[in-house]
Amino acid sequence: MMIQKILIANRGEIARRIIRTCKKLNIQTVAIYSEADADAPFVSEADEAYLLGAPQVQQSYLNVQKILEIASLAKVDAVHPGYGFLSENADFARSCQSAGLIFIGPSPDVMQQMGSKVEARKTMEQAGLPLVPGLSRPLIDVDEAVQVAKQIGYPIMLKASAGGGGIGMQSVDNEAELIKAFEGNQKRAQMFFGNGDMFIEKRILQPRHIEIQILADTFGNAVYLWERECSVQRRHQKVVEEAPSSFLSEETRRKMGEAAVKAVQAIGYYNAGTLEFLVDHEQNFYFLEMNTRLQVEHPVTEEITGLDLVEQQIRIACGEKLSFTQNDVKLEGHAIEVRVYAEDPKTFYPAPGKITDLQLPNGEGIRHELAVHNQSVVSHFYDPMIAKLVIKGETRNEAIERLKEALAHYKVQGIKSNIPLLEEIAAHEAFKNGDTTTDFIDKYIKKITV
Amino acid sequence: MAELKASMAGNVWKVVVGEGETVTDGQDIVILESMKMEIPIAAEQSGSVKELKVNEGDFVNEGDVLAIIE
Repeated sequence: MMIQKILIANRGEIARRIIRTCKKLNIQTVAIYSEADADAPFVSEADEAYLLGAPQVQQSYLNVQKILEIASLAKVDAVHPGYGFLSENADFARSCQSAGLIFIGPSPDVMQQMGSKVEARKTMEQAGLPLVPGLSRPLIDVDEAVQVAKQIGYPIMLKASAGGGGIGMQSVDNEAELIKAFEGNQKRAQMFFGNGDMFIEKRILQPRHIEIQILADTFGNAVYLWERECSVQRRHQKVVEEAPSSFLSEETRRKMGEAAVKAVQAIGYYNAGTLEFLVDHEQNFYFLEMNTRLQVEHPVTEEITGLDLVEQQIRIACGEKLSFTQNDVKLEGHAIEVRVYAEDPKTFYPAPGKITDLQLPNGEGIRHELAVHNQSVVSHFYDPMIAKLVIKGETRNEAIERLKEALAHYKVQGIKSNIPLLEEIAAHEAFKNGDTTTDFIDKYIKKITV
Repeated sequence: MAELKASMAGNVWKVVVGEGETVTDGQDIVILESMKMEIPIAAEQSGSVKELKVNEGDFVNEGDVLAIIE
């Protein structure tokens, strides 16, 4: 293989996941870590490890100059960015390429295009994907907001362009509410993010979040690896992901997959990528955004297809052709992933701290992706996700039964975790029935009516 | 007089009012940041900010007093 040594520009469970595939392919690995992660499992598992600096992400995992210095010092051929951090930063990908390194991902230009909400919407509309009705640019003022809302119809969603984690995002049912919400959210977005740009779009009622995983090589071949349903969310972030979706018909599954493949071919995309959609109760689907990287929830796709997505990424980056076609892609059994977060299971507030004991379930169909060990300090500097529990069964019901059993034996001591929430979801009748719309947690767990 | 407390452990990202300033119930006083999440901590009553107990960049634990409002 033309890649013999990879620098992993990431941390936690995904760094370990990449190391695992590299070992299988006989590729050397270089870990980079901040002072807060010196004791983390991924650091000792890599063939070499280099200290980046202070825990703050600007000084560590986002420090492009330092990362490139280490890449040069360690004489690596390629960089794998994982997810988050620099994984969707086109300038970083360009800097890697200028330094003579292979960036394991798509071309920087396509990343940039998909990284802008406005550009992505425009490009994908031209590539034939249906969009949520709305305006493809920021609103000029509140008067325009009122006018556009009249055209597309209430309820509508207001979104701050720079927003994240749900801040600056609000559903609005009528004109009076819209005028109030526009000014409030704009002010807040300006204060929080230094950018008050607001977008407007139609609110799809009780939607599901369903995404299509694609793989494309540099020769224009592309396949879709079915869908993942990630509707169970808190604070607009995913908590439970599964494949296949229990909701999609065969026909919609095929339509979405084919539309996704057509779109990625139209934009000249290569490597692994994910197209996120909202799907309404009538199985209409609307493009939301494209993630130009490996996703947190990629293991559920691996479980049902038997493919190693990190290996596929590396092979594509080496210039290899896809070794299979759409007809060869398997869909066997059912997989569910739950994200284990260091957070209060009721308020969802972050709960950093020291783990004093960790006990993991074992058994048929259980896979662990783990960022920590049984004495780790979970730092407040990074994402609260400390682990992923991935369950496979022959059927969805079998997977759910195994999930419940596994969660009953999953013990995290010393810090608060969302295990009680995950248990409640797994045991819920509505989850069993596949009634998983994006308001699942509000509706069935917190019992709030939105 | 009311103590405004941190609802989670993390860094003080922004202090958005000054000492002596008049604030209303529900107004954001401090924004905490932890694990990539920003949580605004709002006044639970109207009054004036008697004392700010934290500066931007400070680390606070859950339950620590951030400000006193009277």
